[in-house]
Amino acid sequence: MEFLSPGTLEEALAAKSAHPEAVPIMGGTDVMVELNFDLHRPSALLDLSRVSELAECGTDGPHVRLGAGASYTSVIERLGGRAPALAQAARTVASPQIRNRGTVGGNLGGASPAGDAHPPLLATGAVIELASERGVRRVAAREFYFGPRRTARQDDELITAVLLPEPAGPQHFSKIGTRNAMVIAVASFCLAFDAAIRTVGTGIGSAGPTPLRAAEAEEFLAAELDWEGRRPLSGAAVRRFGELVASAAQPIDDVRGSAGYRRHALAVMARRTLGWAMAEYQKGETRCA
Amino acid sequence: MRVTFTVNGDPVTAEDTWPGESLLYVLRERLGLPGSKNACEQGECGSCTVYLDGVTACSCMVAAGQCQGREVRTVEGLTGDQETGAERRLGTVQEAFAEAGAVQCGFCTPGLLVQADDLISRTVGAGQAAPDDPEIREALAGNLCRCTGYEKIIDAVRLAAQREQVLANATGGADSEPDKGGERE
Repeated sequence: MEFLSPGTLEEALAAKSAHPEAVPIMGGTDVMVELNFDLHRPSALLDLSRVSELAECGTDGPHVRLGAGASYTSVIERLGGRAPALAQAARTVASPQIRNRGTVGGNLGGASPAGDAHPPLLATGAVIELASERGVRRVAAREFYFGPRRTARQDDELITAVLLPEPAGPQHFSKIGTRNAMVIAVASFCLAFDAAIRTVGTGIGSAGPTPLRAAEAEEFLAAELDWEGRRPLSGAAVRRFGELVASAAQPIDDVRGSAGYRRHALAVMARRTLGWAMAEYQKGETRCA
Repeated sequence: MRVTFTVNGDPVTAEDTWPGESLLYVLRERLGLPGSKNACEQGECGSCTVYLDGVTACSCMVAAGQCQGREVRTVEGLTGDQETGAERRLGTVQEAFAEAGAVQCGFCTPGLLVQADDLISRTVGAGQAAPDDPEIREALAGNLCRCTGYEKIIDAVRLAAQREQVLANATGGADSEPDKGGERE
């Protein structure tokens, strides 16, 4: 097995182009499990941990530009105010040791439907930046996930950054599992209001072959919400929102939970996150979560 | 491949490593440092926790090839100041674990010690208040212990934090001492 260890992004892109089969490794929290258990023996590992550009976090126009190699710990420390839903999801990732190493880029590269970063990226309309020697392109998170572990990323491309829109309303993430720490989501859900353009975003995790949106639920809630007067929603509207979220999921029965449980949990999480978001919206807060 | 890095302050070289083997394997099998324990090999249990460039990580999830030039500190490096030439003494967290009876079979202990040491240095060591119980539980959430039920472990971390706090207060004027002040930067 070859071990490629580029020191710059340019070198990393050249290495990926020359070795499209190379498996990128950053925090190692997914890749090393496969190696330790001999599940996968790639012909080459592409170590990105020395590419400092990937760990940067800055701004790009109206977006926060989060390097794909920034750890979850740094997302929590730096983005609590600027990307609340993603920061909330980051706090639920595994354990401190894993959050110190795991990255949003790794979540996107692995594209497990259970990855904690996906629902916030979907709900907030984030954009994924992909780079190769051919150039840089940007793909909306909503068009990034193709199937289980399949994404819009081409073999010669690396995920370099995530562009996160400035929050324009409450954002809330919820995840269900058997305990608080070290849990792969049985199901997860993210809700984001965009009060500026009066739309609602959703993201469903771990309840389908890919992370999903609940488009019908989004439209229903955007129409139902009293954006101007901020009056509370009716109980019936809240319940309907939960039902629409649950019906958008495509869950299966597996070791972590049954399809029925996942749908039920999603309806509950949808109502709960909506409650939190409404309480915040009524207080007139749009930034903090 | 040959990997050269620093462990507990000493430069080390591991020859003939397979680049995909874990830092944990390198430490235990190639460098004779068996303090970090091998249990789950998937980051679930925290028994192999070490500092990697000052940040705690599960050493089973770091590829050997990624360690080139890095600084690693293991549980073996938590003992009191080795520079003084004095007899090797236990560090504050280690003393507290022994005193509080926080050790039963001992398998999870090295990982807990490193993670607890990190918590205390990020709080008391950074001039902040001692961590409260929820903070301790959160910091140790990735370290599994199947013997103790955790209560004595939490007692031990509380005790270690208190002692560090007393030490910090005793050297209270630390900020006015140039050498101490520099350490805090």
